[in-house]
Amino acid sequence: MAYNLIGKDFTPMDVEAKVTGRAKYAEDFRAENMVFCKTLTSSIPHARIKSIDTSEALKMQGVLGILTADDVPQFPPPALPILAKDEVFYIGDPILAVAAESEEIAANAIEAIKIDFEQLPHVVDPLESLFPGGPNARTEGNVAAGQIKLQTVKWEASDFASAGDKKMPMGRAAEEWSYGNVDAGFKNAKVTIEETFVTGTYSHNCMETRSTFAYWQGGKCFLHGSNQSHTAAIANISRYIGIEPENLVLIAEYCGGGFGSKIPGYPNMAIAALMSKKINRPVMHRITRTDEYGIGGARPGFQAYIKMGFAASGKLLAADMYLVQESGPHATAGDFRAAGNALTMMYQPEACKFRSVPVLTNTVPMGAHRGPGENQFAALVEPMFDKAAKQLNIDRMAIRRINAPDSKGTIGKDRGPLTSAFQKEALDQAAAMFKWNERKNLSGQRTGSKVIGIGIGQGYHSAGTNGFDGLLRITPDGKLHVHTGIGNLGTYSHSATARVAADMLNYDWENTIIERGDTRKALPFNSPQAGSLSASTQSRTMYVAALDMKDKLTDIAAKSLGGQPADYVLAKEKVVHKSDASKSMTYQQAAQKAVELGGKYSGKEVPEDLNPITKNSVATIAGSGLIAAAKDNLPRVGVTPGLSVSMAQIELDVETGKFEIKDMISVADCGTVLHPLGLGHQISGGNVMGIGMVMERHIYDPKLGIPASVGFHSGKLPTYLDVPVEVGWGAVDKPDPQNPIGVKGVGEPVLGSGAAAITSAIADALGGHLFNRTPVTPDMIINHLAGRPPAHKPLQVNAV
Amino acid sequence: MSDADKNATGSSGIRASRRTVIKGVIASGVAVSAAGYLVYDRYGSSLGRAKGSVERLVTLNVNGKDRRVDVLPNETLAHTIRYKLGLTGTKIGCDHSECGACTVMVDDISTYSCSTLTHSVRSRKVTTIEGVEGPNGELHKVQKAMIKELGPQCGFCTSGQVVAAVALLKQNPTPTVDEARRGMSGNMCRCGAYDHYLKAVMTASREA
Repeated sequence: MAYNLIGKDFTPMDVEAKVTGRAKYAEDFRAENMVFCKTLTSSIPHARIKSIDTSEALKMQGVLGILTADDVPQFPPPALPILAKDEVFYIGDPILAVAAESEEIAANAIEAIKIDFEQLPHVVDPLESLFPGGPNARTEGNVAAGQIKLQTVKWEASDFASAGDKKMPMGRAAEEWSYGNVDAGFKNAKVTIEETFVTGTYSHNCMETRSTFAYWQGGKCFLHGSNQSHTAAIANISRYIGIEPENLVLIAEYCGGGFGSKIPGYPNMAIAALMSKKINRPVMHRITRTDEYGIGGARPGFQAYIKMGFAASGKLLAADMYLVQESGPHATAGDFRAAGNALTMMYQPEACKFRSVPVLTNTVPMGAHRGPGENQFAALVEPMFDKAAKQLNIDRMAIRRINAPDSKGTIGKDRGPLTSAFQKEALDQAAAMFKWNERKNLSGQRTGSKVIGIGIGQGYHSAGTNGFDGLLRITPDGKLHVHTGIGNLGTYSHSATARVAADMLNYDWENTIIERGDTRKALPFNSPQAGSLSASTQSRTMYVAALDMKDKLTDIAAKSLGGQPADYVLAKEKVVHKSDASKSMTYQQAAQKAVELGGKYSGKEVPEDLNPITKNSVATIAGSGLIAAAKDNLPRVGVTPGLSVSMAQIELDVETGKFEIKDMISVADCGTVLHPLGLGHQISGGNVMGIGMVMERHIYDPKLGIPASVGFHSGKLPTYLDVPVEVGWGAVDKPDPQNPIGVKGVGEPVLGSGAAAITSAIADALGGHLFNRTPVTPDMIINHLAGRPPAHKPLQVNAV
Repeated sequence: MSDADKNATGSSGIRASRRTVIKGVIASGVAVSAAGYLVYDRYGSSLGRAKGSVERLVTLNVNGKDRRVDVLPNETLAHTIRYKLGLTGTKIGCDHSECGACTVMVDDISTYSCSTLTHSVRSRKVTTIEGVEGPNGELHKVQKAMIKELGPQCGFCTSGQVVAAVALLKQNPTPTVDEARRGMSGNMCRCGAYDHYLKAVMTASREA
């Protein structure tokens, strides 16, 4: 199908507001009588709260109220609480909030509050917690995640002793699965790679901290928050505040970065809301960067083992992986599970075994961070394919290609189907773009102190789902209003997907208005802006809503002009009779007619299967035009994979241990390209964050549990000078057959492939040496080159 | 763009009660009172108010206009701009002079306003993102280039990036790419939009 808008560049509606500073983020709002709140956070990594004395604080002039755990909704442990109840789990854990006429008074009041803590044993290293008699991060246990209920897991001393210092000890797992004959696979392998690896935790480093501003009016809570998703977050945020979803007015037109840390809202949002309710004043809760390094969370780390057996052809016959996850104190991270799936997806092993223990630690709450699990896996395991390729004497690109999934590939322990996969094509396209066959010969070439490293990396994340609602409206002035609830993370998918509807309805983009960012704008229930979902998922909802709109337009034309709906087609913003061009009506006329007709045409009646959020939204605009609302019931069988390849050339300085990325390209398999400029932006930005994974850190003092990474200076993210001037990009541009437009997402895989291309390039520059660790720091490189052991212990976490 | 901008600031035609309209105006970023915001030290705790320290009424030249404002001795320029002058385009990302989201120009030099004492810029010329546009609201060539090249992603660092780019081009109207990236390197972007921003700087440098 030929498109007018899909696949073409455009200027998204919100760019001008961003470049002029007019875009308003949560903390940019004010209200009359606004007051401030601040939280008191734990200064101890693990303690029981014995008593809290707020008497002095409450006496202070200007103090308006104190909110403790007793004032807020409770969620069963180990869920992330709004405020700590009896036990604190990390330094920076919020305990209570003070509201005052000014922030200064609130800060002084916090100084006047006395808390009697009973310090408890703490742990920042998962293996230490698994050691017999080792400390637990929570009094109730040390292992939990998703379906794995809170429990205590201790391994045998012999598990540790038999592994020695350098190899991963592997005791009883909390979750395990396997398929195929793993033992036979290893037996038949020509080459076997067996490695222990460690991935670091690090902050999301969103530029906007999670400040919240809230007030109440007419029984409704008005919340200005920094959130990735919009309508997908309403149920969760309402639950934190303890209100019905229809009583939440969520205003989040812009989100200054989330990267997984602001997907369905977060407990901290409820503090301003509940404080405002308690003291009956609008409340601003500003979050400092230091606060953000605590409550903002981090990417979980792994201490891990992997064994892979390859046939002479390079085919991966069997894989066995064991991940111990540093989970933070709550069961908020499922990275380990995603990493297991990534292993099956990226390399399609004939037999696979997976074991894992998600261990609770007294570090910040860990959670989804752009490609959670898949990307740590990619960054560490991809360079091992270089090692295997070398031993098998085959090309590094070829070994990836032979194992890469095609559309017949499978995923997970159940070997479920995929909707489409064109990773071999992505590899070929990247190789052509990068001139892989020529460039690979530069490996190890040295000029002065600089050595060239050539790297290749792949990334994967599922990238599309279904079941959400589309909502479109043509107002009697003829304008198309696209109501979208997917949020605004800066991917511009809110606009790119709106163009699907405009395109299908033969609308001029100039006559399309996007309604978003505020629940009062009649937003339907839409996909979270997370999990690389929004481009693909929202394309589907736009498609079904546009079909509904098309049916209604032709219905109205037949009713008004005679004949059957099937006699009519959509032309440029009008409905025209196929064989009698004199019979036509403009969309404007159709919208006016819809208001007269009422019923399903004007939104007075809606399909039963719509989500209640959508139904409520339609009710607020019913009668105002021609309304199309439909649930995406289109079939989708299997996982929709987003895939990517990155290639990089670095120059590593053997005297300083630093490296410079001289060139980097990335190619994505993300289905039909909706918006080339926006896609290129996601691909290059994702690769830049991938570079970040190789350099960012989250250091803890293991004895005291004190975080050393509490600002950009101590948890540095890539700057202009750490990244190449340009990341070249490409897209396979083959449609996914199970998406009506062919779209798949790609926001996350590109981070993994980017990180992996750099770890691969570092190994290449060092003659194939694998650090088996992120981050890779200059001192690690210098120590290695000098033949000295690293400064950290082999399995130590949060250490470099 | 005028339609698009209208879109961004919300002309929806959706029925809203008078009450929501009123509230919408109230919660709109207009400075109401600034007394409440705390000036932080670099570790995020209160700088407090030195004993006996009081606000002094001073005149600041911001975006070509003289503004009279009460300023504490320890008050940062970012604080004054955002919370006293109501110019919320300037963002605070770290408050530690690390990220550059708060970048403004002081006498045309790119400056971290979060780490500049307001008293130190009296009698100097301060330009924030709101002052980058021309007198009739015409976008600066850097802003036009940022739109053309799709500079921002999430947009939170964008004000600082735009101001840094404007300041850079004032100092060096035709930078090489390497000069441009060094000139911009005090401004972080977590989305990794660096190459798009850089392209915009180079595009703008080619415009008269």
